[in-house]
Amino acid sequence: MSASSSSAAGSGQRSIHAWLLLLPALVLLVTFTHWPAVATFIDSFYSTPKGARAAVWVGLENYETMVDDPVFWQAVRNNLWFAAATIPASIGLALLMAVWVNERIAGRTFIRMAYFTPTVLPMIAVANIWLFFYTPQYGLLEQVTTALGLPSHNWLGSPSTALGAVTLVAVWKEAGFFMIFYLAALQTLNPSLKEAAAIEGASRWYFFRRVQWPLLMPTTLFVLVNAVINAFRLVDHVFILTRGGPDNATTLLLYHLYEVGFKFWDTAYAAAITVVLVVVLASVALFQFFVLDKKVHYK
Amino acid sequence: MQRHTFLKTILATSAAMLGLTATVAHAADPLEVPFYYPVAVGGPITKVIDGYAADFNKAHPQYKITPIYAGTYQETIVKALTANKSGKAPATSVLLSTDMFTLIDEDAIAPIDDFVKTDADKAWLKGFYPAFMANSQTGGKTWGVPFQRSTVVMYYNKDAFKEAGLDPNKAPATWKELNEAAKKLTKKDVNGNVTQYGIQIPSTGFAYWMLQTLTTPNDVLLANEAGTKVTFDNPKVIEALDFWVNLTKEGVHPKGVVEWGTTPKDFMEKKAAIIITTTGNLTNLKANAKFDFGVGQIAGNVRKGGSPTGGGNFYIFKKAPKEQQQAAFEFAKWVTQPERAAQWSMDSGYVAVSPAAYDTPALKKYGQEFPQALVARDQLPVSVAEFSTHDNQRVTKALNDAVQAALNGTKTSAQAMKDAQKEADRILRSYQ
Repeated sequence: MSASSSSAAGSGQRSIHAWLLLLPALVLLVTFTHWPAVATFIDSFYSTPKGARAAVWVGLENYETMVDDPVFWQAVRNNLWFAAATIPASIGLALLMAVWVNERIAGRTFIRMAYFTPTVLPMIAVANIWLFFYTPQYGLLEQVTTALGLPSHNWLGSPSTALGAVTLVAVWKEAGFFMIFYLAALQTLNPSLKEAAAIEGASRWYFFRRVQWPLLMPTTLFVLVNAVINAFRLVDHVFILTRGGPDNATTLLLYHLYEVGFKFWDTAYAAAITVVLVVVLASVALFQFFVLDKKVHYK
Repeated sequence: MQRHTFLKTILATSAAMLGLTATVAHAADPLEVPFYYPVAVGGPITKVIDGYAADFNKAHPQYKITPIYAGTYQETIVKALTANKSGKAPATSVLLSTDMFTLIDEDAIAPIDDFVKTDADKAWLKGFYPAFMANSQTGGKTWGVPFQRSTVVMYYNKDAFKEAGLDPNKAPATWKELNEAAKKLTKKDVNGNVTQYGIQIPSTGFAYWMLQTLTTPNDVLLANEAGTKVTFDNPKVIEALDFWVNLTKEGVHPKGVVEWGTTPKDFMEKKAAIIITTTGNLTNLKANAKFDFGVGQIAGNVRKGGSPTGGGNFYIFKKAPKEQQQAAFEFAKWVTQPERAAQWSMDSGYVAVSPAAYDTPALKKYGQEFPQALVARDQLPVSVAEFSTHDNQRVTKALNDAVQAALNGTKTSAQAMKDAQKEADRILRSYQ
């Protein structure tokens, strides 16, 4: 009797202890992640408070505005295009670079570092450098094209090329980052596999296709999740390179969100866009983890 | 036991820190006055502003103005309004004069009239150029104090003018002359690629402002005084935009959208013989251009010349403590006194805000040695207020998008302006 009560008291004390240990992380998580998300969701059903006018309940009005907003749809289209271009390109490039620098080649460390440099540089600085690459008439790109006798082109100022130019910078930046994950994964592969393949006389390509690539699948999934999220949360270099222009040709979802929220101060509408963005991203991530995850492990 | 020591240490540290902040707060006698400001032109502007704040603090030991560089105009208003919404508004901030309606609608700023009490204050407020006050007053109240104000001017390369057989001492005065000069100034290499464009007008960031430098000579205003109606689809506006679009079609102006930030550089690199941009670039160009250049007034068409004013005003934030607001008012007054306004104009290239500043010996001498500095002021009598409405950023974006669409040829000028008009009408409906 007395023994059991003392053990109950002990377990009660232990659980208090456990909660106390969890408390700091819990407080931070709730304050900076969960509460803002819930508040944003609630705010999206109210009007924007302005000056002395308080927010009022408007139901789905902000979502209706979104459906009628041509710039929002242009941003969706641009972003899908941007994702479709950046995700495969940056993952493919990362894999290629990782396989290459995994070999014993001269200057391996230097090449690895060179590939990783774009990731370390601050995005704003990088964008400023690229801005001058793209500058008409005396930018780096123009120097090359005019030397080849090609006509001059305003890369960031024409709607036909602006998004492509922004995409290129993103691929250049992302590929080096993803390379690190692939490189780490390649180095955990058992070297005896390579020896066995060599003995069997498998070609370099066959070995990659049938051994390395299947074993890298879990890494590819992780990189893919990251690439998708990055494609939809990119905003910083749009600021420097084009500010969404010309005529919204490079407006991506998060940039549009920023403009609505912090340029127009329509915070309620911005909250509605945020909710949509979060729901879409969360469902894509969940699909990747729960559906694709079952298929990636090599057995 | 160990835990007790740990707790004790934490308690002791926090107590010590509390005590420390208390003493610091007590020791810092002068009142801290946060002041946000943007930089929109080249040159060492931050150093100049820090210098003014230091001088003011020396003269007024009870105050400590703390200048906080906050990025571009756009970034500065984001920071100022965010701070305001969080309840920690800056005492004062320099923001675009066109943001006046937005700041009033957000209930963020206090009218300057609340602080003007003595006769000297009243005389000071009357001393500014009326053209600058057009964007600082509405509904019978003054909301901003002109500070880094500008007009749009035409910079031209005198060497290029001589080479093309044009008079280097006379800027093109009409659209017709401007168009002809631009044609003569455009140079091509053997492959037919343009190496020097005749004229360049930037179309990012401030596209609406550049359009306004074309609509003003065409004798049409883009918005009413109350900021509740726009006239984008007026035929005169469309004609003005067409003039710009035609320059690109004729190949004397770069194709596509031209960067605001790289335009002065294009001028210095001799990639553009004439550029149309803010007078705020004057000091930067004077220091860095390796050739002789002239500054001309905006070319006229239906009307002789005419440029919109531009630039930033001091605003005082309502939510800041009363003493801070008073200090901000004193600082704004101090920094716009004729001698300092004259100094600021020479340091930055901005237009000095009052006629009295141009009567100071320093600026008089500067104007004699460098007459280009007086052009922006000389066109003030024919200047109009910079485009500004309620929900300004959103309406401005609609206009900017339209200008960019027309310049890129994705829409005709008429279609672009019609679309922008529709969008603006929708946004402004709730203010009419």
